[in-house]
Order: sequence, then structure tokens, then C-alpha cells
Amino acid sequence: MGRKQILSRLAQMLVVLIGISIITFLLTYLSPGDPVRNMYLAQGLMPDEAQVAVLREEMGLNDPFMVQYFRWLGNCLRGDFGTSFALQKPVVTLLAARLWPTLKLALFSMVLMLIAAVPLGVLSAVYQDKPIDYLVRAITFFGVSIPNFWVGLLLILLFCVQLRLLPVVSSGGTFKDMILPAATLAVAMSAKYTRQVRTAVLEELHSDYVIGARARGVAEWKILWGNVFPNSLLPLITMLGLSVGSLLGGTSVVEVIFSYPGMGNLAVQAITSYDYYLIQGYVLWVAIIYMVINLLVDVSYNYVDPRMRLRR
Amino acid sequence: MEKKSFIRKYPVFVVFAVLALLIVLAAIFAPQLCGDVSPIKGSLKDSIKPPCAEHPFGTDKMGRDIFVRVLYGARTSLSSTFILVGVIFVIGTFLGILAGYFGGWVDTVIMRLADMMIAFPGLVLAIAVAGILGASTRNAIIAIAVVSWPKYARLARSLVMKIRHTDFVAAAMVTGSRTPSMLWKYMLPNTITTLVITAATDIGGMMMELAALSFLGFGAQPPNPEWGSMLNEGRNFMQSAPWLMIYPGLAIFVTVVVFNMLGDGLRDILDPRSNEGR
Repeated sequence: MGRKQILSRLAQMLVVLIGISIITFLLTYLSPGDPVRNMYLAQGLMPDEAQVAVLREEMGLNDPFMVQYFRWLGNCLRGDFGTSFALQKPVVTLLAARLWPTLKLALFSMVLMLIAAVPLGVLSAVYQDKPIDYLVRAITFFGVSIPNFWVGLLLILLFCVQLRLLPVVSSGGTFKDMILPAATLAVAMSAKYTRQVRTAVLEELHSDYVIGARARGVAEWKILWGNVFPNSLLPLITMLGLSVGSLLGGTSVVEVIFSYPGMGNLAVQAITSYDYYLIQGYVLWVAIIYMVINLLVDVSYNYVDPRMRLRR
Repeated sequence: MEKKSFIRKYPVFVVFAVLALLIVLAAIFAPQLCGDVSPIKGSLKDSIKPPCAEHPFGTDKMGRDIFVRVLYGARTSLSSTFILVGVIFVIGTFLGILAGYFGGWVDTVIMRLADMMIAFPGLVLAIAVAGILGASTRNAIIAIAVVSWPKYARLARSLVMKIRHTDFVAAAMVTGSRTPSMLWKYMLPNTITTLVITAATDIGGMMMELAALSFLGFGAQPPNPEWGSMLNEGRNFMQSAPWLMIYPGLAIFVTVVVFNMLGDGLRDILDPRSNEGR
């Protein structure tokens, strides 16, 4: 990407960001419940009507939509995402405390996923239509068909209840606590990714330069790891960036199962207690993280693919 | 004669079509299959029984038969999944065709909207929407539909754009076809095969997403039987009664496998080219 492309990309991002902020704001603006009433309920109080009316006015909930939106946006830009009703703390503080555990979990499961998916995918492509290929394809097929929350529960049943090797509740966020949640996330993801590795490598294996290299007597492993694999990296990095999306969404389910102290778990709690500002903050943060990661992926093309640099 | 050759040609598809049909029939005739055993009312004297002859999948803490609940759960899961896929298919295709056909500001508005939806990763927005609308099957369907239509819209748009400027389309316009008939007779048929394949292969995934929302408590509500929420209930009895979470999970898994195979089979029949890359 040249400078011009990066600039146009940033402009696009800005449009999408504005969109994200509008959708996030609409989420709570359109919600059927009354935030003030829910705020009281979240604290276990029964509000009386006069109080509700006063607070509504105070919080500006009677203002027109655009006024409310811009006030909210301005606050967000200044880093003020509101205060959680239920937990009585600023949303920023709450989310910031949970951010690293979630990222750590996502990163760890991604490493696990790569360890499984890259060798399997390459193997399956190299031995296309041989028994090992069929085996890998069967495994990946079952991998994508198994719901990840069930995988999590089965892993708990096996490792925590039957074998008693690991803790059931991963609330500490230590390395040991991360093993099962990360493994759970890695199962479905590696199944998908193995397929993509296989497709990408197969495509390269069928290109002319491979035939040429073979004809010149270059060793097969040299062709594979020296040419084919590096060339198939580009689509794989794109897929990796995209899979971060399903990962960030998937963590919430897994975090709930393992009581892992991440953002997703916090968000699910927030939803059950109608903690609107916290939900808003979570959705906004995750969308922005996802966007930044995909931008980094695009920028990384520069380094992975020399053709991109030449295009400038 | 012709039927036989079809079976020979696509044995995998036929096998899984029959299996899928069996699952659908089991869901439809759940009341008949279960006799008069209720999926909601149980007797407390039967509470937490391991699988036995009388209760093949065991019972839960309310003394309800898990087999019966799994069978009834198929109704909720299948019907909500089919509705969801149908809704996404119709809305996504419609908006995608409009965007591709008209171009200009229509295209810009629809596709920017799609970009924004795609900017939210995975289930994140769906969880928030389902949570804020309130927990129910209908709201879970709305939540996932809101975040899933862009995939179909993008696909439909790109397919329409491919033929938009071909000669036969120009000829049809010159000979005075009106816009609705252009969309209906020329654009739709050119997108439908690919989109049907996409929808068929999506059924399994959508079923899992709906189950995930119910599992979190944002979908079907207890005591109504639904696989995801049954798993959530069973989670608390993992040590004493693991069958509570094994059978509903197995039901999701088997159903998803069958529908995924069916979708793949349908793709191989309708679009033989796609088979090569796999």
C-alpha cells in the first residue's frame, strides 16, 4: 500500500467508524426499556415516577436524537463512555481491565490454531486425494460442525470432572486457566483454517512455476517450503485477520462457559442487567479493535508481498 | 429409471437428504412420537435419572424426559433456523440486486450499510441486539439476521454487476422491459443458484449461532425445550448428570453435520466447478 492508498483507506475507515458509532448508539436509543428505570432496577430499587422524570431530564434523554447522539459521541471521543449502572464504575475502567485477558486468550488460541492448522492443511494439500487428505478433510468437516460451546462443555467434562487435571472455573486468567478456553476456541477455527490453508497451497501447487521447478529437478521440500508456502501466505494472512472477528465474537460464549474474566463475559453480564452504557462501550471497542487489526493485516501485505511495494 | 440414475450419480446427497428429511419429520411428528409425555411437565419423583430403558436420554432435575425434550427441541431449532435463513436470503438478495442493478447512490447507501454491519465482528452485535431487544426466539432471529444479510447482499450485487452490462440485458432494456420485470426475470435468475447454494451451506452455521444465543440466555426461554438453552441448564449438573449436556449437544452436532453435508452435496450438484478447489 502506498501513502495514497493508506489515506483513502483511512477515509473509508472514518466513514465506517461513524456508521459503527451510529449503530451502537441506536442500539440503546431504540431499546424498548427505559434506561432510567433499568438503572434503578439494576441497583435493586423501585423508582417512583417523579424521580424518573427528573432524572430523564437531567440525563438529557428527552432531547432530540441528533443532540443526544452528538453529545454521546463527543463524550466517547473524550474517553468518557458513561458509567455502568449495575457496577457503578466508569465503563472505560471496566473494559480496560478486561481487555488484556480477552486479547491474551484470543492470541493464545490463535497460536494453538496455527500449530494445528498449518501442518494439517499443508499435509492435506501435498497428499491430495490420498488417505491422509481424506482423514484431514473428515476432521475439519466435524470441526466446523461442532458448536464451540459444546466443545467447551465436553472439555470441562473430560479434563476437569473426569480427569481432574484443570480447574473448572478459569476466573484467575492465568496461563493454566487459559488452556481450555483457548483450546475450545481453537477447535472450530483450526478446522476452518485448515481448509483455507489446503486450498491456498493447492492453488500454488498447481501453478506453472512448480512444474518448472520440478522439471529442473529442484527437491520437492524446497519447492514446498521455499516457494509454494511463502506464496500462499497472502490469502492466509487475510483469512487470519478475518478470523479474528469470529474469534472476538466467539470469546464471549467461551468466556461465559469458563467464567473467564474477559470483555465478553462482562458484556453478557451487562446485557442481563440492562447495563446499556457498558454494552455500548463493549460493542464499540470490539468493532474498533477488529477494524484496527484488519488495517494492520492490510499494511502487513507490504512486507509479505513485494508486488504490493512495486505497485506504488 | 431417472430417479435411480440420480441416486447413483449423487449418493452422498441422497443419503443426507433422506437423513435431513427424517430429522424434519421427527420434529414435525414429535407429539406423536412421544405419546402423551410432556416436554415441559415432569414428575419430581423421576428427577435426575441416568439414561435407562424408560428414559433413553435420562431425565433432568424437574423429572422431564430428555429424549422427549430433545425431540421437541428440534421443532424450535429447525423452524427458527429455517426462518432465519429464509429472512436473510430474501432481504440480502433483494438489497444486493437493487444495489447492483441501479448502482449510484442506491448502491452506495446499501453497500455502506453492509460494510458497517460487517465491521462488527462475529456474534458481538447479535448478542447486543438480542440482549437489548429482550430474550426470545424471535429477537434472536432478528439479531442474527441484522448482522448476516450483508454476505448475501454482497454476493447478489457482484453477480448482478457481472451481467449488468452484457448485451442481452441491454437488449431487454431496449425492447422496453420495465424495471420490475428486469429485476425479476433477468437479475434474480442469474443470482439465485449461487445464493441458494450459499443458503443451503449456511443452515448448519446459522443453527449453531442461534443455539449459541439461546445458550447465553438470549434466545428461546425455559421451560420451552431448545437445544442451546437445554445445554445451559445442563451445565450446572455437569458432575452429577452429564447426560443433561451430552444429548442436546449431540442433537445440535448431528443435525448440523447432516445439513452441512446436504449443503455441500447441493453445491456439488448445482455448481460442479466449485468441487475442484476443495
